[in-house]
Amino acid sequence: MNGFTGTLRLTRLAIRRDRVKLLVWAVAVPGIGATIMQSVAGLYPTEQDRISYAITSAASVVARAFNGPASGPSLGAVVTAETYTSLAVLAALLSTFAVVRHTRQNEETGRSELLGSAVVGRHAPLSAALLATAGANLVSGVLLALVFVGGDLPLSGSVAFAAAIAGIGISFAAIAAVAAQISGTSRGANGIAAASVGAAFLLRAAGYAWGDVSADGLRVISAWPSWLSPLGWANQVRPFDGNRWWVFALTAGFSAAAVGVAFLLTTRRDLGSGLLAVRRGPATAAPGLLSPLGLAWRLQRGVLLGWAIGIAVMGLAMGSVGNEMESFVGESAQAAELIVQLGGTDQLVDAFLGVVMAMFALAVAGYATQAVLRLRGEEALGTLEGLLATVVSRPRWLLGHLLCAGLGTVGLLALAGASTGLGYGLVAGDIGHELGRMTVAGLVQAPGALVLAGLVVVFFGLLPRWSVALAWSALLLCVLLGQLGALLDLPQPVLNISPFTHLPAVPAADPTVTPLVVLSLVAVALAGAGLALFRRRDLALG
Amino acid sequence: MTAISVAGLVKTFGTTRALDGLDLTVRAGEVHGFLGPNGAGKSTTIRIMLGLLRRDGGRVTVLGGDPWRDAVSLHRRLAYVPGDVNLWPNLSGGEAIDLFGALRGGLDRRRRDELLERFDLDPTKKCRTYSKGNRQKVALVAAFASDVELYILDEPTSGLDPLMEAVFQDHVRQLRDAGRTVLLSSHVMAEVEALCDRVSIIRSGRTVESGTLAELRHLTRTPMTVETERPVDGLADLPGVYAVSVEGTTTRFEVESGTLDPVLRHLTEFGVRSLTSTPPTLEELFLRHYGDDLTTSEAARPVAAGVR
Repeated sequence: MNGFTGTLRLTRLAIRRDRVKLLVWAVAVPGIGATIMQSVAGLYPTEQDRISYAITSAASVVARAFNGPASGPSLGAVVTAETYTSLAVLAALLSTFAVVRHTRQNEETGRSELLGSAVVGRHAPLSAALLATAGANLVSGVLLALVFVGGDLPLSGSVAFAAAIAGIGISFAAIAAVAAQISGTSRGANGIAAASVGAAFLLRAAGYAWGDVSADGLRVISAWPSWLSPLGWANQVRPFDGNRWWVFALTAGFSAAAVGVAFLLTTRRDLGSGLLAVRRGPATAAPGLLSPLGLAWRLQRGVLLGWAIGIAVMGLAMGSVGNEMESFVGESAQAAELIVQLGGTDQLVDAFLGVVMAMFALAVAGYATQAVLRLRGEEALGTLEGLLATVVSRPRWLLGHLLCAGLGTVGLLALAGASTGLGYGLVAGDIGHELGRMTVAGLVQAPGALVLAGLVVVFFGLLPRWSVALAWSALLLCVLLGQLGALLDLPQPVLNISPFTHLPAVPAADPTVTPLVVLSLVAVALAGAGLALFRRRDLALG
Repeated sequence: MTAISVAGLVKTFGTTRALDGLDLTVRAGEVHGFLGPNGAGKSTTIRIMLGLLRRDGGRVTVLGGDPWRDAVSLHRRLAYVPGDVNLWPNLSGGEAIDLFGALRGGLDRRRRDELLERFDLDPTKKCRTYSKGNRQKVALVAAFASDVELYILDEPTSGLDPLMEAVFQDHVRQLRDAGRTVLLSSHVMAEVEALCDRVSIIRSGRTVESGTLAELRHLTRTPMTVETERPVDGLADLPGVYAVSVEGTTTRFEVESGTLDPVLRHLTEFGVRSLTSTPPTLEELFLRHYGDDLTTSEAARPVAAGVR
């Protein structure tokens, strides 16, 4: 028996445990690629369109930071710029979570103790996690390349792009392998790895934002910071524009070194412990914690803070591209048409900001869903059993969480509006006006997310064991109706199912009071019905 | 005065009949053992007593109230330690104890600190790092530091070491001396024998035996071994005598408690040299109900003791 004995068995176990997640992963990456490729091909059909696209995006600091460098006028290069960020971040995060799930989380739950007592080598769990994750990246990469080749993009560029995305996944799997040795908890390991995704993103963004534009104006040459980032290397490959294969040596070398460090650390520590000591907490509780509402806030505040940071950054970014919309879209008649169609006004910037607010409404509905599902989380974890055996009544417990979720939803949308307004105000030179009207534009979106939150309470009261799946399905349905409704020309009654259909697209449209009042009442009625159902039912424990 | 009164309790989950006419009476001021194999319905019964689950039939009274309707006001007067203690991973143990105490209507700080010391629990550790035993200690400290009438403890010591077990028993005795009522569900027979005034044994959602330990013993046979000068015969013909085996001058048999007199009179005719009687331990009483199929054994009927 050596350190790797049992690796293949554990790999099979990991794949068996994750079979649904892996399937979604393998389908989602090429699916997103195919969808964006289609829309890019429609928006920029001629070489002239793509030349203007490349020139505008090379000139725009924001586009450079978010989408990466412009790499010439080929269709593949435009598809790369438009898909790269979402696919890269997706691959990085999925790989991170997969590795941590099969290493540190197993140790935390005590599963690996049982496994470790069997004929399993010291390095087998980590090797299995890395093999399964690398395999998932390769499968989704092959499918992505096939999708691109099927869409008539050149073979070599398609392979280079797909390999770059898979390489990002593998690099971050290796980073997660180290993080899982450092932190004693899976939450901590995921945090370290996710922070490294964020750092890699910033390095890459800085490198391209400070980069130089080539003489023909069609390409961006990066500054040094993006050479420090695994997310940057994949851009340096320049798929569909030179295909610099040697850059993959960096990815391979980095991944091998990180995995080597992880294996070394494995031999230096005990099972179950991390290199970082677990932080201690206070020996007595602060008075603010000692109520159902105080507890709910304590449990919810971390998630809310994470969302607030994300929303603020996105809002600033979205707002600051507002000014570029005229020139950005001006080059492409179809894009302008699409924005106006979605936003319903010929004021291009207002239409754009209206679309941005509608997107935030859906995103914050995701927060609302997550926050309300904490109810089910407490019940499934079993902490609710102990709580409800105290003087806390069911309504008091539930309303504590709903208050956090409701105020969080309204607060996040106000923040989304304010940060977008601030971003746009900075570039447009009218901060006071934009900040005020965009905060209102954000707040106007709140009733939509609150209706969804109310619906989640009903699911929780009626079908607790199904509530998680039902809640996310409802949100997905709203997203699909919002995204595809206009494109597929769905009849209005179908679109009306989504509460978001009824929200005014402020600032493109004037705020109308009636739908907001009606939606708010619906939200309250749903929450009330959910509470009544919960009061009558058994706890669904475990 | 009864603290808990349960009669004909029925609870079904889908097609499973988890509780099938369960009866349980806990008198005020007693420590009552609640025994049964895994899956017998102990935790389900307790959750109904706490208003966490709704009953489908029967009657339940806890401290004079209806546990479903009066849940909140009843919970002010009781403390509960669940069988599976689940805590919030990001709270420290001390925070969790204070939280439960506050939500139960306040806890005795001096007692809390004293309990922490006796149970040797570090309150600054995050709950995610606690072992099962330490999570149980958190729940026990929170419960014992609360000043309530009724303590409902569901297998509270399954993760504790013998040293902590002794601390636990000590505290339960203190509660009894202070006149509090304790319902103790447990698999640790020594603990139940040491602590409980009365016990109820349930199986497949029904109560199969209930009473003091002496009463339970009374309902079953006592194995006996007797050495006589001459080999014994005719013993098997006496009423209430079972499983007689004679090996020379050593005779082993089992006898029902009420029929001991004629048996002893019969034995003296053979010249008794020594007589040992080993009354069944709680564990043996209990295993008898584990081992048999319920359909063939009635609650109080003496059954062949295949356990030795």
